[in-house]
Amino acid sequence: MSSEAQVVQDAVAPVAAPEEKSMSIIVTKGSLDWAYPPFILATTAAAMGLPVTMFFTFYGLPLLLKKLDLQVTAAGNPAMKMPMMGGHMGLPNLVTAIPGVDAACSVMMKNLIKKKGVASIEELRELAVEAEVRMIGCQMTMDLFEYDKEDMIDGVDIGGAATYIEVASNAHINLFI
Amino acid sequence: MADHTLDAKGLNCPLPILKARKALKEVPSGGTLEVLATDPGSVADFEAFCRQTGNEIVEHSVDGDVYRFLIKHNAA
Repeated sequence: MSSEAQVVQDAVAPVAAPEEKSMSIIVTKGSLDWAYPPFILATTAAAMGLPVTMFFTFYGLPLLLKKLDLQVTAAGNPAMKMPMMGGHMGLPNLVTAIPGVDAACSVMMKNLIKKKGVASIEELRELAVEAEVRMIGCQMTMDLFEYDKEDMIDGVDIGGAATYIEVASNAHINLFI
Repeated sequence: MADHTLDAKGLNCPLPILKARKALKEVPSGGTLEVLATDPGSVADFEAFCRQTGNEIVEHSVDGDVYRFLIKHNAA
């Protein structure tokens, strides 16, 4: 092959995807209920042998804080119905605005979680750390909401959109939660 | 007789899988891990887990509410 042809071929040859499958997740929500999908999927993928990266941005960022105090709200969430007395009960939106209702919903949810053998977010996060899931905190969100790296758990990387895109461009599974 | 037994009864998704993964690390290659679980979702999940990780379900049985899996540790 002439060197010219070689140059052309090199220029159009697609970058081969890495052999190893991997996964990335953008974590944008930090309520008790929405914290579950990213941590469940990250820990499970890691257990199935996939390198995993989680990118925590906006309301997802506080999930990296050392001390978690996760709450759930029924406000604006008509699909949230709790099992109660053999049926399922939701709350009218107006009721969800009453002070103390969110706290009560959170306590109820945490009790259910315990009763049904579902892991706590603290436990799942610890398992994720143990499984060497890479966690990246969004620098812009840290500036915006005034969070310090010292308040986060150990081992967190700090980065921005480009850091995530580099990871995602090499991953087979990229989720936005 | 399995080399190791993992009691994952009462645990919900994804804990049986995560604990099985950890337990498999204690099982020598070619050895077996017995998992006991009550999560009905674990049936499909252990099949998928084993297909993905190259391990093998050599026995699967149900006794009342308890699912029993015997997993052969093939991976290095």
